Amino acid sequence: MTANPLVALIGNPNAGKSALFNALTGARQKLGNYPGVTVERKSGRAALADGRPIELVDLPGTYSLTPTSPDEQVTRDVVLGKQAGERLPDALIIVADASNLENHLRFALEVLDLGLPTIIALNMVDLAARDGLELSPDALSAALGVPVVSTVAVRKRGLEHLLGALTLLVGEGAVALRPKPAPMSFTERRDWARKLARATIVSETPSRRLTHAVDKVALHPVIGPILLFALLFVMFQAVFSWSAAPTELIEGWFSTLSDIATGNTQPGYLRSFLVDGVINGVGSVVVFLPQILILFFFILMLEATGYMTRAAFIMDGLMARVGLSGRAFIPLLSSFACAVPGIMATRSISDPKDRLTTILIAPMMTCSARLPVYAVIIGAFIPARTVAGGIGLQGLVLFCLYVGGIVGAMLAALVLRRTVAKGKSSGFLMEMPKYQWPSVTDILLGLWQRAVIFLKRAGTIIFTSTIILWTLLSFPKPPEGSTESPVSYSAAGRIASGLNVIMAPVGFNRDISLALIPAMAAREVAVSALATTYSIDAGDDEGRVEQSLGERLKGNWSLPTALAFLAWFVFAPQCISTIAVTRRETNGWKWPGFMVGYLFALAYIAAGVTYWTAVAAGL
Amino acid sequence: MRLDLLPPGRAAYIDRIEWDSLSLGEAQRLREFGIDEGSTIETLHRGGLLGRGALACQVGRMTIAMRREHALAIHVRTGPDTPPQPAPGAPAA
Repeated sequence: MTANPLVALIGNPNAGKSALFNALTGARQKLGNYPGVTVERKSGRAALADGRPIELVDLPGTYSLTPTSPDEQVTRDVVLGKQAGERLPDALIIVADASNLENHLRFALEVLDLGLPTIIALNMVDLAARDGLELSPDALSAALGVPVVSTVAVRKRGLEHLLGALTLLVGEGAVALRPKPAPMSFTERRDWARKLARATIVSETPSRRLTHAVDKVALHPVIGPILLFALLFVMFQAVFSWSAAPTELIEGWFSTLSDIATGNTQPGYLRSFLVDGVINGVGSVVVFLPQILILFFFILMLEATGYMTRAAFIMDGLMARVGLSGRAFIPLLSSFACAVPGIMATRSISDPKDRLTTILIAPMMTCSARLPVYAVIIGAFIPARTVAGGIGLQGLVLFCLYVGGIVGAMLAALVLRRTVAKGKSSGFLMEMPKYQWPSVTDILLGLWQRAVIFLKRAGTIIFTSTIILWTLLSFPKPPEGSTESPVSYSAAGRIASGLNVIMAPVGFNRDISLALIPAMAAREVAVSALATTYSIDAGDDEGRVEQSLGERLKGNWSLPTALAFLAWFVFAPQCISTIAVTRRETNGWKWPGFMVGYLFALAYIAAGVTYWTAVAAGL
Repeated sequence: MRLDLLPPGRAAYIDRIEWDSLSLGEAQRLREFGIDEGSTIETLHRGGLLGRGALACQVGRMTIAMRREHALAIHVRTGPDTPPQPAPGAPAA
């Protein structure tokens, strides 16, 4: 069997390539990596007009075939047939922004020089119309000698035409390679692209430029930052307030599951394993799915609408002060969802010192895995009342934790840029795309992919660590008649007691020390670990079994301890995946080692300061 | 005058770019954005509240964000319909 024809999507950043990829492949996508490099390979299946399947690959966006980053290098190597792990595409779809033809056609001309069978998708023709542009794809097609199709990827318009044109280019009976034109210089291509753009534009009427109007507000020196700050504030409030009902629903499912397991088992190891270990442990993490999806929803929306680069613009002044560029803001904001994609997104930063600093501070951005930890502690210790102006106190505390991480990261960057990552401050040079209303499908697809990743983690890392912890917590059993609690007597309890010698000065108790060990695998495991510990500790005591994790924590911890625990998690590098991705991105153990060291030191200090301040304040 | 002195909302021609004061990558990126001798550029916004901010410019149909260092390397000339500018070669105040 021969492999399906390979078709690659290529184009400038912001041409709407990924939206077109999503529209053509739907949920049939595969995410992977190119061998040897840390560049994501996005591929999927689509069907041609005659039903034949093709493999579609979405190449990283680039402005030219002269690469300035590893991503752009991959794009170049794929279309030249030099990329390991990828065959030469059978055809290319050049995605060009119809409202920015001059610029995008210059790159299109460079790609056409390769001589591969090619179609040009004039994408976002709706935005071009909004700008008062009327285009003639036929004129462009006649001038270039390749098919040109108008599309609006986010509205799924023009896809049949595109696939129809592609059908004629791919497979048996398809047109052979086009004759290679004489290569042109950059300037020649630029000048030709200008002429072509002029020939393609049928009419141009001045119209209200939505993007300019919005930018007048969004990039205003005073209103802009206020708006950005307000937006982030709403985002973190929403994480709490929107998630209440779905969270309750999931809690209900696990409680039912727990009842079923209890009803069908005898008291003993099996019941304890199922109820205390599996259901309580995994369930305590899965209930945070709604909050994580709400957070990702905001981040995906900010990216898809084009606001993210505005945020980078607003932040550049501040970032410059700590020796970073506004460009670092995008990986850092993604790190609020998860540091792993955040650290991977630092590839767009070309300056190596700038990039290293961004990688080293990325774990301080409060990732979604910390949410379960924060949420359970805040839920238990911070009263759910409103303070001035109807602002929820719980949301406010959560917001402060996020701000704490940001401030810590900025201070760390300031120090790092003057010490280990010393160097000339790098530039900030980026395109700000037009504002666009995102497609519901793109957002849903993004959320779906995140949900799958989260649940897979819950099913693997969290499940495994919960089982190991349950075993260590359950054995050995205290002898009959012993007054010692089962947890204290167990292997895990003894290890934790040892560790607690170090942790006690910052206000941590033995159960926290115990939870910190498995939480090295992933931060949210701390919650399942605490759930399992207190669940086993409660044993078969009727009154205590009914208690929620929050109630149990309230009964066992003081407020200063809870606050110190929160402060610890603002900084602690408790995530194997982050350490692994840092190793991969920095090519060695030196920097992940450094990162783990300085973050643990910061976490220890922060927890200590919080604890003793709270104690002194009489909390 | 240098681009950072161009008042927002006014278009200007790019006379000269001090390519040597930019890194290779930055020079390439500017060209790819269409910022080159002979193009028209307009400043739109300045980030200002949180430190000396970046500059947003319109080039062709693109909005480009850049730092003051880049703007300092770009020499522009406004058209005849604008008030007279300082004589060529006058130091940018």
